[in-house]
Amino acid sequence: MSIVVFKIIYISVIFGLSLFIAMYSTYAERKVAAFLQDRIGPNRAGPFGLLQPLADGLKLFFKEEFIPAKSDKMLFLMGPGFFMITALMTSAVIPFGSEITMDGVSYSLQGTDLNVGLLYIFGVVSLGVYGILIGGWASNNKFSLLGAIRAASQNISYELAMGLSIIALVMLSSSLSIKTIVDQQSGWHWNVFYQPLGFIIFLICAFAETNRAPFDLPECETELVGGFHTEFSSMKLGFYLFAEYINMFISSAILATLYFGGYHFPFVSDMDSSWLRTLLEAVVIFGKIFFFIFLFMWIRWTLPRFRFDQLMNLGWKVLIPLAVVNILLTGLFILLK
Amino acid sequence: MSVIKLTNRIKVMERKPMTFMERLYFPAILKGMSITISHFFTKKATIQYPEQKRPMSDVFRGLHILKRDDKGAERCTACGLCALACPAEAITMTAAERTPENKHLYREEKYAAVYEINMLRCIFCGLCEEACPKEAIFLQNDKMAPASYEREDFIFGKDRLVEPFLNSKS
Repeated sequence: MSIVVFKIIYISVIFGLSLFIAMYSTYAERKVAAFLQDRIGPNRAGPFGLLQPLADGLKLFFKEEFIPAKSDKMLFLMGPGFFMITALMTSAVIPFGSEITMDGVSYSLQGTDLNVGLLYIFGVVSLGVYGILIGGWASNNKFSLLGAIRAASQNISYELAMGLSIIALVMLSSSLSIKTIVDQQSGWHWNVFYQPLGFIIFLICAFAETNRAPFDLPECETELVGGFHTEFSSMKLGFYLFAEYINMFISSAILATLYFGGYHFPFVSDMDSSWLRTLLEAVVIFGKIFFFIFLFMWIRWTLPRFRFDQLMNLGWKVLIPLAVVNILLTGLFILLK
Repeated sequence: MSVIKLTNRIKVMERKPMTFMERLYFPAILKGMSITISHFFTKKATIQYPEQKRPMSDVFRGLHILKRDDKGAERCTACGLCALACPAEAITMTAAERTPENKHLYREEKYAAVYEINMLRCIFCGLCEEACPKEAIFLQNDKMAPASYEREDFIFGKDRLVEPFLNSKS
């Protein structure tokens, strides 16, 4: 099997998997929310309500597709698609396993091992806000625009702190390639133990970047009707909601790879290269990813929403100075080692 | 200027600035998360309605029923006391005289040819039950007036109020 064929198969699998996980994240969100609130949650569609995401998707497809008369139709149609594309693009550089050997040839289980993988992730993630801005602008609705502006300012503010927290990590690993960073964390040498402060800053910023509670101001229902997707209906709305869950999956994957050792787990890293090891590595990384997805939901249903000035204060006055302190501490640590 | 005190339970609020630990927020966040995760594992309060039902109180006042006596004859004599007692004026009836061939159907010479309760007016207070001298009308504790799309469906005639024959025979 040539490398091209393998990559095509691999990318299709990852693409399908992202969509599948995002789909069942909506179900998990409702179940987790229900369980945290002493309820049972959806349990009528199929066993344990497992067909609920299908029913939801089907409903969205059959709903009326409404385009506001005074909207910019071209941009209005582009917005959800753009948001979706940027959400899906990030998974290209995330390694979901070390390698897989078929007929004596080993293939890397990563879309592409960019030597600037981290920068690629940052670039694509910051492009994501265009989907929101385009959608909010094109709907010609003041609430949508307010939501979009909030999203933009929030993403810009938190990207700074996120980038600064990553700089400390890059100083430790002296590489921007995700694969290299992951392979440095074999066994128990997870970055979270060397960069606890950086991890917390990154985690908070990840919440803000994915527009999840307690930073879900762009779609804050009580103030902005629905935020940037107020005017969207049918599957265009579905795209926005869905892409947000993909973003959550990708953020969890990045958290797991950068700070929690990716596919490394103490005894798995010591095994010989085999199918079993590849399988276990996939189990390990997806276990980590699911834990973070659960954490995202757990926090969403625990904490109330921030006020906008509190959000900005936290971003600019707390997280950025903390991240700078973290860089200095890391520098000192490297110097003394 | 004198301050009028209504009670002696005045509590002066202390407005201390937050301590460092409080400003960190993390202890509070972790505490909140531990509370929510403990609810994750508690027994759920949900009752799966159509399959599971909550038991109703013994004194619940639900849908009315017009009782028969032990021989299967209708107890109601159309005296009108229930309609008089009804605060919502939900009950109407037309009295008629019993003919000899219907002797087994009605207990006394006078009976209700038409007996209607408007369930949209009824407030289920149970005063009709208390007013009835013949122990003919009761509010059941296990049945509620069903929902419907049409207003006409809420006017319950004798066909839906009188106790079915089979039950009383046994």
